[in-house]
Amino acid sequence: MTALDLAFLAASVIAVAGGVLAITTRQVVHAALWLVVSLLGVAGAVLILGAELVALVLLLVYVGAVVVLVLFALMLTRAPIGPDTAHAPGLPRALAAGAVGAAVVTMLLSVLIPLAGGWGATVDRQSADSPRVAREIFTTWVWPFELLSLLLLAALIAALAVSRIQRDAP
Amino acid sequence: MIHLAGPYVLAALLIGLGLAGLLLRRNAVLLLIGVELALAGALVLMVTAGARGEVDHEAGSVLPLFVMTIAAAEVVVALAIILTAYRHRARIDLDEPNEPRS
Repeated sequence: MTALDLAFLAASVIAVAGGVLAITTRQVVHAALWLVVSLLGVAGAVLILGAELVALVLLLVYVGAVVVLVLFALMLTRAPIGPDTAHAPGLPRALAAGAVGAAVVTMLLSVLIPLAGGWGATVDRQSADSPRVAREIFTTWVWPFELLSLLLLAALIAALAVSRIQRDAP
Repeated sequence: MIHLAGPYVLAALLIGLGLAGLLLRRNAVLLLIGVELALAGALVLMVTAGARGEVDHEAGSVLPLFVMTIAAAEVVVALAIILTAYRHRARIDLDEPNEPRS
C-alpha cells in the first residue's frame, strides 16, 4: 500500500459515497449537489492516475456547466424544497435497482480484474505530458475534434428548436 | 507506484451506481445524474488504460475529453426535451401514463 494507493482510495471513497447519496437522496436539489461531490472524487482519482488535463476539464465541464444546467432544470420543473415524496420509487423497485446495480458491478469486476492482471498488479505513475496531448489532438485526432465542434453546434440548435415547440402546434 | 485494481474497482462501482440510479429515479431530470455517473466510470476506465501506457497517440487523455464533450451535448438536448415535455404535460414523473394535460 503506497501513498498513492491511499490517496486513490480516499478519492474513490468520496466518489462512491457521493454517488450513492446522489442516487438515493430524496431531496432533489441535494441529488445534484451530491453529484458534484462524486465528480470531485472522480477528478481526484483521475488526477492521481496522472491525467491532469482530464481532471481539470472534468471540473470545468461537469461541475461548472452540467451540474448548473441540471440545477436550472430542477428549478424550471418546480422541484419541491424538502423531501420529494411524490416520486418515491417504492421498495420493490429500490431492491430491483440495487440488485441490477450489484449484478453489473460483479460482472464488470469479474471481467476487469483479470484485465488489470489480478489484484496485485501495479503500474508506475507518470503524468500525462500536456504539450504532447495538445499536439496529438491537433494532428492524430484533428478530424474527430472538428466533428465534435459540429456536434456541439447541432446540439445547440437542436436544444433551441426543441424548446421552441409550441403546445398547439399541428 | 499504484495498484491497478483500484481504478478498475472504482470504474465498476461508478457504472453500477449509474445504472441503479437510472432504474431508481422517477424524476426525469434526476435520471441524468445516473447517466453522468456511468459516464464518469467509463472515463476512469479510459484514463486507467492511458496510465498503463498501453495506448498510442495519448488516447488515454484525448478520448476522455471527447467523451465529456459528447456528454455535455447529450445533457443539453436531454434537458431541452425534458423541459418541453414538462411544459406540455406539467409533470416530470416517468411512471405517469402518457396522456396530455386536461
